[in-house]
Amino acid sequence: MSEKEGCKDLREGRKSYDERVSKGLARQPEMTETFTTVGGIPLERLYTPLDLEGMDYCRDIGFPGDYPYTRGVQPTMYRGRFWTMRQYAGFATAAESNARYRYLLEKGQTGLSVAFDLPTQIGYDSDHPMAKGEVGKVGVAIDSLADMETLFGGIPLGKVSTSMTINAPAAVLLAMYIVVGENQGVKAADLSGTIQNDILKEYIARGTYIFPPKPSMRLITDIFGFCSGNVPKWNTISISGYHIREAGSTAAQEVAFTLADGLAYVQAAVDAGLDPNVFGQRLSFFFNAHNDFLEEVAKFRAARRLWARLMKERMGVTEPRAMMLRFHTQTAGSTLTAQQPENNIVRVAIQALASVMGGTQSLHTNSFDEALALPSEKSVGIALKSQQIIAYESGATCTVDPLAGSYVVESLTNEIERQSLEYIDKIDKMGGMLAAIEKGYPQQQIQDAAYRFQRAVESGDRVVVGVNKFHVEESGGGRELLRVDPAVGANQEKALDAMKRARDNVLVGNCLDAIRAAAKDESVNLMPVIMDAVRVYATEGEICGVLREEFGEYRENIVL
Amino acid sequence: MSERRIRVIVAKPGLDGHDRGAKVVARALRDAGMEVIYTGLRQTAESIVETAIQEDADAIGISILSGAHEHYFREIIDLLKSRNAGDIIVFGGGVIPESDIPGLVDMGAGAIFGPGTSTKDCVEWIQKTVGEKRSME
Repeated sequence: MSEKEGCKDLREGRKSYDERVSKGLARQPEMTETFTTVGGIPLERLYTPLDLEGMDYCRDIGFPGDYPYTRGVQPTMYRGRFWTMRQYAGFATAAESNARYRYLLEKGQTGLSVAFDLPTQIGYDSDHPMAKGEVGKVGVAIDSLADMETLFGGIPLGKVSTSMTINAPAAVLLAMYIVVGENQGVKAADLSGTIQNDILKEYIARGTYIFPPKPSMRLITDIFGFCSGNVPKWNTISISGYHIREAGSTAAQEVAFTLADGLAYVQAAVDAGLDPNVFGQRLSFFFNAHNDFLEEVAKFRAARRLWARLMKERMGVTEPRAMMLRFHTQTAGSTLTAQQPENNIVRVAIQALASVMGGTQSLHTNSFDEALALPSEKSVGIALKSQQIIAYESGATCTVDPLAGSYVVESLTNEIERQSLEYIDKIDKMGGMLAAIEKGYPQQQIQDAAYRFQRAVESGDRVVVGVNKFHVEESGGGRELLRVDPAVGANQEKALDAMKRARDNVLVGNCLDAIRAAAKDESVNLMPVIMDAVRVYATEGEICGVLREEFGEYRENIVL
Repeated sequence: MSERRIRVIVAKPGLDGHDRGAKVVARALRDAGMEVIYTGLRQTAESIVETAIQEDADAIGISILSGAHEHYFREIIDLLKSRNAGDIIVFGGGVIPESDIPGLVDMGAGAIFGPGTSTKDCVEWIQKTVGEKRSME
């Protein structure tokens, strides 16, 4: 076959191409012998329809809004409406954070995302000894309803959707949010938003656990049960692969461990007597968008297809909405470099585009200075505008799932689904995700991958521009970084003390007793008693303190 | 006379849960022939210093990405001094703004390794610094 004639037969054409290439390689070799994705999947030189043999369009890809949702959960995707542009933010005090939220809403952000400080995430008030040095550092400090009222002052909770990154004490913060809504005259049924509420990935990768697995799972299923009846528009969990990936996992491990966590929650809720066709509709997911563009697009598509299949085939779900994997994405913080930080703007843009090509429902774009400090207002602005440029200027949103049918993207989608299922089968054989975590299995897998990646960067096999290649000496001095006022901790303690003296402490004591009694009785849902307690300004630390006494505390299983 | 292997405590003080860097560094130090004790999450300054003294460590590596570095470096270094263990080398890494590094060094931190540091640089620095310390003993 001559080159002028072109290709008449696919197989013949492929053979001829391979022969021509291998002859040429002797003269002009490729840059490396093997090419792999960031997640370690080998990449062929070329993909053709031959790589998709055995694939069935209707069975494996289908139509947007239809099972198995490979092409997206909505029929028209971004032609109907863009994803929610949701920047995670929370600063020091409730008042400052409130100002930042209003700024972001004014700039066109369409949803709020609350970052809490570590003491709040771990159930300590600002005056706890373990809170020293941490109050207001990575997010807002919330001790009681009083702080929550300030945080959402002037923001109509019936009109915004709010995502709260809160896990172990999620029940307490959700209760506070509902009460702030009540006081604004907004019914719980009209609130919309998300709590992260995903404790398993805290044990695996993120570290803000409080209680041991069993009572933690009970808190989660109590929230599922309470919200089904009372806060039906609330996403009761955001099952998160983000932090698993940040901890160093591969793309396939991110999908596998996240969906395995999801299966554990579904099973726990089914065991607690809840109907997966109902609560399954309120499950949401949270993924990472990493550097490898094609692999990431494939990852999102594979996750969607595999979850639909697992819910339908394994959990016996019949309601389509309970099979749909809806997800939030955040660009990969771990890819941000402290060296030449402006380069991060480009990384974030590529990652964000991958998540849009993957069909995300909402997106946080990181700010370029986050390897140096918490983001400044200027850098947050650039991050949000990057999303707006993708939405309004790139044209990538005008047609649904535009990379479907790409031989490589479909091949990678298949491969990531296959690898993920292999991990999930392994976890099943160990007795499920709780047992696997106790054995340290996902932790070990993630650390091994993280270490491999670090070695590859240090050997130069993986290039990080500005770090191990194209490095230029530069000084980071003079950069405008966000600084947390050192007085925040002391001020927060003072306010907490004043609040405690002003409230009705007898009432608080009674409410805490009621929580203790409910904690002892698994058949009682904890949400109503927690709501009663936050209404009378019981603090988060007090409520979690009672639960700590009743449930005990989790001790990390150190894997190295 | 055989040199005792270098012994390092890799510590996560406070509430920060980011342990990827700490674990990667711990493994790299171990692969470089050092004895490494990784504390796990949520350690107090007291428990870290106690471990370092009990284990007769040469150095403590502190990993903090939550912004609480000034608080914990000060506490750990002060505690070491008050317990006559000021010869234990303290170094660290994490998300630490460049402009905060001189302050930490003034407190007594030997080195701060920011994001993007090669573990090789970290290993070499520890070997050199511990070697200098031992030659003075």
